[in-house]
Amino acid sequence: MELLSGADMIARFLQDEGVEYIYGYPGGAALHIYDALFRQDKVKHILVRHEQAATHAADGYARASGKPGVVLVTSGPGATNAVTGIATAYMDSIPMVVLCGQVMSHLIGDDAFQETDIVGVTRPIVKHSFSIRHPSEIPEVLKKAFYLAATGRPGPVVVDIPKDMTAPTERYEYVYPKKVKLRSYNPVTRGHTGQIKKAVEMMLKAKRPVFYTGGGVVTGKASEGLTDLVKQLGFPITTTLMGIGAYPQSDRQCLGWLGMHGSYESNMAMHHADLIIAIGARFDDRVTNNTSKFCPTAKIIHVDVDPSSVSKTVRADVPIVGPASSVINEMISLVQGQSIAQPEALAEWWQKIDGWRAEREGKLYEPSKPGDVLKPQEVVEALCRVTRGEAYVTTDVGQHQMFAAQYYKFDKPNRLITSGGLGTMGFGFPAAMGIKQNFPDDDVVCVTGEGSFQMMMQELSTCKQYGVGVKIVNLNNASLGMVRQWQDLNYKSRHAHSYMESLPDFHMLIEAYGFTAMTVNTLDELEPALERAFANKHELVFLDVKVDPHEHVYPMQVPLGAMRDMLLSKTERT
Amino acid sequence: MRHIISILMENEPGALSRVVGLFSQRNFNIETLNVAPTEDPSLSRLTVTTIGDDRVIEQITKHLNKLIDVVKLVDLTEGNHIERELMLVKVKALGAARDEVKRTVDIFRAQIVDVTPSLYTVQITGDASKLDAFLQAMAPVGILEVARTGVSGIARGDKVLSL
Ligand SMILES: Cc1ncc(C[n+]2csc(CCOP(=O)(O)OP(=O)(O)O)c2C)c(N)n1
Ligand SMILES: [Mg+2]
Repeated sequence: MELLSGADMIARFLQDEGVEYIYGYPGGAALHIYDALFRQDKVKHILVRHEQAATHAADGYARASGKPGVVLVTSGPGATNAVTGIATAYMDSIPMVVLCGQVMSHLIGDDAFQETDIVGVTRPIVKHSFSIRHPSEIPEVLKKAFYLAATGRPGPVVVDIPKDMTAPTERYEYVYPKKVKLRSYNPVTRGHTGQIKKAVEMMLKAKRPVFYTGGGVVTGKASEGLTDLVKQLGFPITTTLMGIGAYPQSDRQCLGWLGMHGSYESNMAMHHADLIIAIGARFDDRVTNNTSKFCPTAKIIHVDVDPSSVSKTVRADVPIVGPASSVINEMISLVQGQSIAQPEALAEWWQKIDGWRAEREGKLYEPSKPGDVLKPQEVVEALCRVTRGEAYVTTDVGQHQMFAAQYYKFDKPNRLITSGGLGTMGFGFPAAMGIKQNFPDDDVVCVTGEGSFQMMMQELSTCKQYGVGVKIVNLNNASLGMVRQWQDLNYKSRHAHSYMESLPDFHMLIEAYGFTAMTVNTLDELEPALERAFANKHELVFLDVKVDPHEHVYPMQVPLGAMRDMLLSKTERT
Repeated sequence: MRHIISILMENEPGALSRVVGLFSQRNFNIETLNVAPTEDPSLSRLTVTTIGDDRVIEQITKHLNKLIDVVKLVDLTEGNHIERELMLVKVKALGAARDEVKRTVDIFRAQIVDVTPSLYTVQITGDASKLDAFLQAMAPVGILEVARTGVSGIARGDKVLSL
């Protein structure tokens, strides 16, 4: 039997749980814990420069690795700074455990110095939260927190730890709990066999089927199964932004991604389908456009591990509650040896789809003319070539995010790391940092905009401290491009506060931290600069790429319309 | 339609606020809410009446079930059930109205539980519509104060909501 203080229990638990990195920032209420971390060397603590960055870094790591990210912050402002990152993880169902210091338990409620009811503040944006009421419960509560964060539909869990719970003078028995049980929490382990059979029968009979798969396939580690199933059936597949890479995008059956800025062929196929097989996707408003006009001829099979996602916005004809991986595997075994009832219909369907593809081929954007300012799309295409489509690509939020998702081709899951649900500017750079530390031999690049980058650029200092060699590609259009686009479309180009005046000289800024920066103005400078940037895996390089501020992201669904109602360029619409 | 949802939840600090928070967060409506411990000290029972179409009610029950603190849940309105609410009400009772109030109290099988020269305090139990009807009957006399517990309910027959 081992007697440990609450603080030492936390450090020991993290070791026993196999946590390698935690991201955090110290302060009064967390100091006992920091001292315990100091006296061990298994768990590495990364000191960020803002608590929001700690959550995004842990989140990035979680998305890339599939394991919970871990954050440690102090009470009050430390905890409130973490809120945006917790909400970001919540919206995208990312496993994360956030340990928050809290004022001494006898002071709670007194408006003590740096007291915030962080359990209350985060209640709507966590999967669950705990407050420690006695040091002896620390191991079990932490185990529950990790278990909840990572199982079922994953999500962030907050653990509030009053300072006296970690006092070095009080010691209690520590045993690492290998398992915990929560009587009210039993995530489903498989779908209803009868429903799965019914779904497969419909799939085999369908004339115009399409798979529509989301982040649930990625977090549910079901990409291989999905790829098998889709290939066996020969159906087209479109994914959500969060589901990109779960099926190889370079494969002919992949139509790209769907929704507001999804591909023309994806949205057209959805609209005309007679069967939609939705897996780990949640029919959110950025996908469906107007739900009352959504896919009028389609029957819907909806597989999701979270029952509350099924039939939330669009009614499912065949609801299946279960983890993507086990449901897909059951589907595969049912499909095996069977043949499609109407192969001619499917062939015709493919003809139609190929027709849609051909319509837009070569027309997605107008490349820059020699000597002209670059188009952001061609920068992303060049980035994809230089990194052979194999990098971890994180993004911030805005036009550059959409361009990164549209023009980088992802053949693997967990490679596009983007804040889809909350759309958090500032996410990309710290997320890249978290990934790079855990995958030091991979290329990790943050595609950002000058607006977003400035929200978290203090993390350059963290990268300097730990030698984090991420690449940053700043698609610098000197404006809040996505806002500007909406103003062009809806406010007669009245650019209210979407213009970034007095941008810093990014070159000098980056050099102030001792890193390499390059400015790119023209096409002939682009690829050589990218090649140089990626030549050394362990060096942070910032590319400030000046791009056309007038460019818009297309396709763009017409508000309140159907899936197929899209603007295709500044002058064309469906 | 009106639904009565009964929940067994962990008797933990914060559990109630998660349930109530869910309703406001997701724009669900709460008509009445009632919560108290059960015979099992680790559980409390919460009953909420809410109004919504089938889609909304389905979402409410699914989201409630997702809360880690919610152990079990039943929509009582799906089957035969008993619904009760308790109300304490102070009504003016002066002159001729004193007898009038007394008669109405008897008709509703309510009880007068406290008396002063100018008012009666009446206790009445029943389903929500009975309580509403009593209030309507008392309105002309003068209602001074109303305290209702909110609806509590239980299924009829052998069905039991327990672990
Ligand atoms: C934290 C936060 N604030 C505001 C917004 C709204 N917003 C969405 S895109 C955008 C502009 C982003 O500008 P930039 O990073 O330069 O990217 P660009 O669109 O120019 O590529 C804004 C302000 C947001 N998504 N996140
Ligand atoms: Mg910009």
